[in-house]
Amino acid sequence: MINKIVNSIAESLADVKDGATVLVGGFGGAGMPNELIDGLIAQGARDLTIVNNNAGNGEIGLAALLKAGQVRKLICSFPRQADSHVFDGLYRAGKVELELVPQGNLAERMRAAGAGIGAFFCPTAYGTDLAKGKETRIINGKPYVLEFPIHGDVALVKAEVGDRWGNLTYRKAARNFGPVIAAAAKCTIAQVYSTVELGGLDPENIITPGIYVQRVVKVARSDTKTLKEAA
Amino acid sequence: MSADVLNKPQGAKAWKPRSRDAIAARVALDIPEGAYVNLGIGLPTLVANHLPPGKEIFLHSENGILGMGPAPAKGEEDWDLINAGKQPVTLLAGGAYFHHADSFAMMRGGHLDICVLGAFQVSEKGDLANWHTGAPDAIPAVGGAMDLAVGAKKVFVMMEHLTKSGESKFVAECSYPLTGVGVVSRVYTDLATIDITPGGFAVVDMVEGMSLAELTSLTGLPLKKA
Repeated sequence: MINKIVNSIAESLADVKDGATVLVGGFGGAGMPNELIDGLIAQGARDLTIVNNNAGNGEIGLAALLKAGQVRKLICSFPRQADSHVFDGLYRAGKVELELVPQGNLAERMRAAGAGIGAFFCPTAYGTDLAKGKETRIINGKPYVLEFPIHGDVALVKAEVGDRWGNLTYRKAARNFGPVIAAAAKCTIAQVYSTVELGGLDPENIITPGIYVQRVVKVARSDTKTLKEAA
Repeated sequence: MSADVLNKPQGAKAWKPRSRDAIAARVALDIPEGAYVNLGIGLPTLVANHLPPGKEIFLHSENGILGMGPAPAKGEEDWDLINAGKQPVTLLAGGAYFHHADSFAMMRGGHLDICVLGAFQVSEKGDLANWHTGAPDAIPAVGGAMDLAVGAKKVFVMMEHLTKSGESKFVAECSYPLTGVGVVSRVYTDLATIDITPGGFAVVDMVEGMSLAELTSLTGLPLKKA
């Protein structure tokens, strides 16, 4: 019998290694796997490369991981926000490296990783500073920039419901990067608010099929986490 | 000359700039029913408040929403349902959720009819600079701006005509880092609506009382009537 449901956050993250590339779902607070990130802080892996759209908000989640000094490099599209002071301070002090990536490239580079694509030509950023030094090509009269996939060692996904085969559904716009990063990492860990028996999810509506998911861990729904402090 | 004009103190302007809401309302006039539209964060977000209620227009949000509706009533916020600016929104009946790679395929694949973006500068060739001032101590952030700039069929820019220190944001060449090359279709400002054409800037309309000569002088570059 295959059972991908593990009993605790700690168990789900036990083998994350120093130097790992960790893909983290979420856009602002929506879809941010805060319980898994707290677990990664407790687990203590260091020298991490973190991939997320943002650079953490306030003092929780990614911001707390940054503050704990576990992040060597951040790959993201929009680090600057009203409450991104933890990242701002570390970046200005030269304590964290930033690779700034247009948001569509961030998504597509991880999609490409999950789909086995070696590289792709893309029109975004052509002629801008973010394409400096990159190979370009004119295809059918239009300029493109060569972009390479972003593979993860680990992906941390916040989903809504899961089953023991790792099938997942999401809630509203908290889906965002979840299905993309699930396919792009060697080990995808999904936190869910509830688990169901096999067959309990409508197969027409499974968003991430279990082939992309290695571990599922149930967390308690905390109202505060869906409220503004997490946004 | 009318008494009204004669009575004005010397140097007084015969025109009043459009308010931010008036610029947004002007943009909304150019969005047809059935259009798939992405409104950038900041000033462009205001356009949503001016879309005519009788028209069905599909708002796209980069974080995976089509058919985005207005802000919820106080107390009804759902933080799993936010817009690109991370503010709570609603979903219209018929709306849909999808993941990020699909959302950006909608942009980059040319499926969006219009995007509305803010800008620091727009050049005569339609180059757009809106993501970074280039200041060495500034933390750069690009988000989805470069994807929208190359992907939407029409890129509308909404901005103040002049900087706070009175310099024109219309330039021969952008001095700020570029967001996209030759991407802008039309610019809406507090003074005028201006098309980017192969022959340069073409004025579609101006605020009441503005002359082409005065607008040209403020803009600092040649303007023609569209």
